[in-house]
Amino acid sequence: MTDPLDDLNAALRAATPRPGAARRAQNLARAQEIFERAQGTADAARPIVGRPSRRAAFTTGARQMFITLTRPAALAATTALVAGVIFVSLPDTRALLAPDPLTRAAAPAEIGETVAADREQAPRPAPVPAAPAFAAPSVATLSAPAPTVSDGVAAQGRVVKAAPPDPLFLAPEDDTETFANENPNPVRVTVDTPVSTFSVDVDTASYAIIRQSIMAGFLPPPEAVRVEEMINYFPYAYPAPDAGAAFRPTIALMQTPWNPGTRLLRIGLQGALPALADRPPLNLVFLIDTSGSMSDANKLPLLIQSFRLMLGQLRPTDEVAIVTYAGSAGLALPPTPAGERSTILAALENLSAGGSTAGEAGLQQAYATAAQMAATGEVSRVILATDGDFNIGLSDPEALKTYIRGQRDSGTYLSVLGFGRGNLDDATMQALAQTGNGTAAYIDTLSEAQKVLVDQLTGALFPIANDVKVQVEFNPATVAEYRLIGYETRALRREDFNNDAVDAGEIGAGHQVTALYEVTPVGSPATLNDPLRYGTAAPGAPGEELAFLRLRAKAPGAEISDLTELAIANTITAPDADTQFAAAIAGFGQVLRGSDYLGGWALDNAIALANGAIGDDPFGYRREAVSLMRLARSLKN
Amino acid sequence: MRMNTPDEDLAIAAARGDATAFAALLERRYDSLFALCFRLTGSRAEAEDLTQDICLSLPAKLTGYRATARFTTWLYRVAVNAAHDRRRRHATHARAADGWGDWELGRRADIATGAHHRDWLCTAMARLPADLRDTLALTIDDEMTHGEAGIALGISEGTVSWRLSEIRKRLRDMAQQEGAT
Repeated sequence: MTDPLDDLNAALRAATPRPGAARRAQNLARAQEIFERAQGTADAARPIVGRPSRRAAFTTGARQMFITLTRPAALAATTALVAGVIFVSLPDTRALLAPDPLTRAAAPAEIGETVAADREQAPRPAPVPAAPAFAAPSVATLSAPAPTVSDGVAAQGRVVKAAPPDPLFLAPEDDTETFANENPNPVRVTVDTPVSTFSVDVDTASYAIIRQSIMAGFLPPPEAVRVEEMINYFPYAYPAPDAGAAFRPTIALMQTPWNPGTRLLRIGLQGALPALADRPPLNLVFLIDTSGSMSDANKLPLLIQSFRLMLGQLRPTDEVAIVTYAGSAGLALPPTPAGERSTILAALENLSAGGSTAGEAGLQQAYATAAQMAATGEVSRVILATDGDFNIGLSDPEALKTYIRGQRDSGTYLSVLGFGRGNLDDATMQALAQTGNGTAAYIDTLSEAQKVLVDQLTGALFPIANDVKVQVEFNPATVAEYRLIGYETRALRREDFNNDAVDAGEIGAGHQVTALYEVTPVGSPATLNDPLRYGTAAPGAPGEELAFLRLRAKAPGAEISDLTELAIANTITAPDADTQFAAAIAGFGQVLRGSDYLGGWALDNAIALANGAIGDDPFGYRREAVSLMRLARSLKN
Repeated sequence: MRMNTPDEDLAIAAARGDATAFAALLERRYDSLFALCFRLTGSRAEAEDLTQDICLSLPAKLTGYRATARFTTWLYRVAVNAAHDRRRRHATHARAADGWGDWELGRRADIATGAHHRDWLCTAMARLPADLRDTLALTIDDEMTHGEAGIALGISEGTVSWRLSEIRKRLRDMAQQEGAT
C-alpha cells in the first residue's frame, strides 16, 4: 500500500497553479513602490494586512456614538453634547491624516463632510512619531506583570498570550494584546469540594472589549471573555440594603436554561448608595498615557472627550490634576478645583500623543500628586487611562505591583480605563486595577464613557466596602455537583476567606455584583460524576437547605472584616426578568468561550431568552446586548 | 548580479533600506510564496489576493527581520499569519464557501466529467481540518524541514510530525470508508 500522504502531496503539487503573470508584475511593482516610499519617511509604512479592526472600530465607534446619542430618551439631555462632541473631534481627527497614507487613507472619508471641509483649513499637524520600536515592545509585553499566586486575588489570572513567543520577531503590528483569564471553572463534586470561594468583581472591561470586537466584525478571542464581567455590566433591580448595611444579598434559584437537569443559583449583591449630596470631596489624578500608540482616534481623542463628559459630574469642591507619561512623565495640570473648567479643558485639549511609554515614572508622579492633594475626609483616586503599553522603564513588573500595593494601603485608589485595540494589555490593566483597589473598564465608544464616567461615576469613585469575599458552602445532601460561572480570575483559596490580609475586590456606591452557580441536585440525570464505589456517603446535613452563603467585607479604611451569613433554601422560584437576563448573558459568554457545558444550547436560545427578559431597560444596555448576540450569531455561522 | 547572494543577506540589506535587494528577493521568492498561498487557501483567486496582501505588507514587516531563521521560514510564517487573518475575517464575515470548501462543490460537478484524481485531492483536503491542511501546505516541498515548518506555523517540530501522521491516518480512514461504500 502506498503512503496516502505521498499521494496527497503529489496531487497537491500537481494542482498548484503558476501565479498569474500580470498580477505578479503588479504585486512586485506595488510592493517596490511601498518599500521605496517607506524609506523616504521616518515612519515605516504599516501594512494593511490583518489590521481591519482599528479603522473599523473607529467608524463603528463613531456610528455607535451617534446612534446612542440620537436615541429619543437621550436626545434631550445630550443635544448640547452632540454639538460639543462634533466640535471637539475636529482637531483630533486631524491626526488621522498624519503620517502614513497606507492605513490612514480610508479613515477620514468616514467621518463626514463637515470634517472634510474643516480639515482643509486646519494646519497640518506635525507628524506623529512612529510607534516605538518593533520587536522590543511585543517581547516586553510578554513579560508584563504576570500575576502570581502569591499575590492573592489580583494574581490569579494567567496571562494568556495569543501567540507564543517565537524566534522570528514577526512584524511590529502583530497584536500584542494580552488578556487575563483562566480556564473555565470545572464542575465540582459537592462531597469532595463543598466550599466555593471567590472575590467580587465589578469590572466591566471584558464586555466592552467583546462588544468592540463584534462591532468590528470578528468574534473576540475566547480568552478575552470573562463571563462575570459580562453579567455585571448590566444593572439589575436588586432591593437596596437596609440603612447602615453596606450591601444586601439577594438569592434566586431557577431552572438552568441550557440544562433541564440542573438549576441556576443567582447570588446578587446590591451596594448601598449613600446620599449623593453628602459625598466627600474627590481628588482625582488623571494619569494619561500619551505615548505614540495613543494617537488613534479611538484612544487619546476619545479619552479627552470622555473626560470632558466626566468633568460635568464633578463639583467645585473636587480637585483635578493631570499627569502624562510618555518618554518622561510630566504634570500637565497642577491640582485645580473642578470649578475651573476652562483651565482643565485647556489642559486636556493640549494633550497630544508622542513618544514611548514610561508607565512607572508616570504612576509615581500621579501618586505623589494625589498625596499632595489629599486631606482628611476626602477620597483620592488615580485614574490611569492607557492602551496598555506599559513597558518602557518598567524593569520589574512585580516591583510596580508592590509599589501600587503600598499606595493602596495609604488610601489612594487606582482605576484603570482601557482604550483602543491592538496592543491592549488587558492582563496588566486587570492586575493593576485589582492590586490598586480599583476597577478596570474598557472604553470603546463615547456611550461607554457615558456609562462608566457619568451614569455610574459615583460607584466608580466612592468605595463602600473593601475586600469583599464570597464563600458558598453547598449541602451535599441536596447538591450533587456545582459549577461557578465566571470569576475564574477571582478565585480565592478556601482559607483566604477568613484571612483579612488577603486582598479582594471592592464594591463602590450603588455597585452590583452578580454570581451564577449551575447546581446539579442530588439524583439528577444531569450529574456528570458517578458516585464513588468506595466513597463515603454524604454526611447528613441539616434540613433541605441548598447552600450556605458567607460574605466578608471591610468598611473603607477598616482592617477587620465583618461577616454576613445567609442560608439558601432549596426552592425554585419563578425567575424574574433580571435572573433570566443574567442567565442569557451567562449563556452568551459561555458560547463565546466555547464552553462544554451548554449541550446544544446556542446563541439562538440566548437571544430568545434575553429578548423575553428585557424588562425595564432605561439605558438600552439590554437591547444592545441582544443585538450583539445577533451579530455574534451571524459572525459564527 | 545578486543571483548568488543568499536570501538572508538580501533580506538584511532590504531591512536596512536597500531597494534593489528587496526587488531581487521578492522576485526570487514570489512564485514559491504564491504556491504556498495556493496550498493554504485552495483557490487561485484567494491565493492571488493573499499573495498581494503579503507583498504589500512586506516592506514594513521586513524591518523586523532578524536573520534568526532562514528567510523562507520567516516569509512562510508571515504568509501563514496572513492566511489565518484572512480566513478569520472570511469566516466571520460571510463564511464564504471558497477555497478548499469550494473544491468540494466543484468536486460534485467534476464527478460527472470524471476528473477523478483532482476529485480525490479536493475531497481529501476539504475533509482535513484547517490546521492539518496548513501543516501539509508547509511540508509538501522537501525544501523545509519539520523544524522549520514548525517555526513557520508557530508550533513545535514534534507537533508537525504528529500532525503529518494524523493526516496519514485520516487519509487511510477516508480510503477505507470509500472502499466500504
